[in-house]
Amino acid sequence: MKMIENKIDAHATHSALVRGLVSFAKKQWIWAYFAAGATYFVTLLVVPTGGGAGALLYAALTFASFAVIVGVGQMFVVTLGPGNVDLSIPATMTLAGTLALKFMDTDSSLVVPGILIAIGVGLACGLFNFSLILVLRIPPIIATLSSSFLFQSLAIWSNRGLRIKPPEVLANFSTGGFGGVPNVAIIAVLVSIVGWFVLERAIAGRWISAVGQNQRAARLAGVPVNAVRLGVYTGCAVLAGLTGFILACFSGGANLNMGTEYMLMSIAVVVIGGSSIAGGNSNVPGIWGAALFMFLIVSMLNSYGLGAGVRLMLTGLIIVSVVALASRTGRRP
Amino acid sequence: MNREHLRALLPFMSLAILLAAVFYMQPRAMSYFGLNLLFNLAIPVALATVAQMMILMINDIDLSIGTFVSFCACVTATFVQSDPVIGYAILAGAILVYAGMGAIIHVRKLPAIVVTLGMSFFWAGMAILILPSPGGSAPDWLRTMMTAKTPFLPVAIIAPIIIGLSMHYFVKRSALGVLLRGVGGNEQAIERSGWSVLRLKAVAYGIAGLLCVLSGMALVGLATSADANIALRYTLLSIAGVILGGGEFTGGRVSPIGAVVGALTLTLAASFLSFLHLSSDWQIGAQGAILILVLAARLIFTRREATI
Repeated sequence: MKMIENKIDAHATHSALVRGLVSFAKKQWIWAYFAAGATYFVTLLVVPTGGGAGALLYAALTFASFAVIVGVGQMFVVTLGPGNVDLSIPATMTLAGTLALKFMDTDSSLVVPGILIAIGVGLACGLFNFSLILVLRIPPIIATLSSSFLFQSLAIWSNRGLRIKPPEVLANFSTGGFGGVPNVAIIAVLVSIVGWFVLERAIAGRWISAVGQNQRAARLAGVPVNAVRLGVYTGCAVLAGLTGFILACFSGGANLNMGTEYMLMSIAVVVIGGSSIAGGNSNVPGIWGAALFMFLIVSMLNSYGLGAGVRLMLTGLIIVSVVALASRTGRRP
Repeated sequence: MNREHLRALLPFMSLAILLAAVFYMQPRAMSYFGLNLLFNLAIPVALATVAQMMILMINDIDLSIGTFVSFCACVTATFVQSDPVIGYAILAGAILVYAGMGAIIHVRKLPAIVVTLGMSFFWAGMAILILPSPGGSAPDWLRTMMTAKTPFLPVAIIAPIIIGLSMHYFVKRSALGVLLRGVGGNEQAIERSGWSVLRLKAVAYGIAGLLCVLSGMALVGLATSADANIALRYTLLSIAGVILGGGEFTGGRVSPIGAVVGALTLTLAASFLSFLHLSSDWQIGAQGAILILVLAARLIFTRREATI
């Protein structure tokens, strides 16, 4: 009797393991990690120094973190369905970083109000974006695009291109690490965990996905569609503001085009990470894989000593190939 | 007048209001040369905008137009000027790549937004390889053509009219145009009635590529030289132009003449702001504000119509 029970037990765990492996391999986001891992090893092959492996991982974690924080925000926006993309992320980052650093003016005692200002700027930008979308019924791509022009002008006007240094404490914190892990990566992990919880475990996440799959059906089912969209757009802008703040401290000051690359980056990490650009079906873990991959690609091409032109070309080709290989036909509804 | 008419008229009205404001502030602009100066740079923008329209028409979006037009401009200012045969071969090859991109997006069911983002890196890299630092020069015939002194109306007015009318004929009147709009409206219906959606999408991307090549060439003709970042703004300008002109993101609902008018409006907005002597800090912001205003006006018209 006991033996049979054991056998059934073993059988159950075995099939559970197989099922687990199969469902694991079916996950879109696995591909991003494969790509990142492969790039990591290829890069190591050409990095001459002995301590290369650890240093490369540390750098990758640091730079991927910025992409992850904005990526989580962008992911929620993309989940809302076709046509939902936030193009104002770079401008929001710049504006938040600029205003917060200008307020603190290298004074370490003003750190907390500084962070609050960055978050407040993000909140205001998100509210403005969503009011354009809701009240003026402007398509989100165009709404966030036009508002990004306004945010950018505000940033230019407020600091006139001067670089304002961050307070000592923040500069040390953002470039430092804890137990071999960069501080910014710890923040990014926390943001991802909260993002994952909201998306997968909270009612809000179900609502967001429902709106993305069919807005009309969601509304009829009693989902507060506009409140959900408001939350997503402001949440995304707040994360952008926060990233702008940390990035400004990390790079020794806010400057006007510090956010530029994150427009593309935020969209790329979401899609390479396996979230559906058509909305309604997103995941958080893939964002990390994709962000690491994007950074490692650039550092791999750098370590081969290629010129800027070839580097850009190869980056483009690799992104397109990864997306083409990782996608499965019939994924788009 | 029904809603459709008002919708179609709105782009023209925004352009007229903006033009009236410019003439009011700078009466001397109301001349052959004034108009030419105001709308000069509108020609490449209009071409890029109708290229974007071809893509939006089949429910995709192209985020690589800015870097692709820059690439075409670099090729025009270097190879087309020195070795025309190689130059045109490169441009023809680039158009084929565009068509191939459309085919791959369809076959692998990829999100166009990501593929074109990736390709924007590719074109930027190619442009830097061809022209590492700003320079090059326009082929003579191109320069002559873009600065020609045509009777009565300047080139800057004639060219957009030709672009708008010929695209209108192609998209709204020709059989191929109807099919392409059909792909945007209902892809399955087109597929089931025996057409190859794959081929149609490749054709749409190919035509968009051709229009971008023309845009890059026109830009070099006007600017006389090129650099790898010369047209980066065109990605966003072209999307905004199509939407200003009454186009939609989905469903194959586009208006070629509207798109050209949208491009003219955006170009004029920039000139208008420089006439205002606005501090350069606010130039970009004011452009965003004008965009929001025009789109808000579109809403008022639709609403008023709805309440009647």
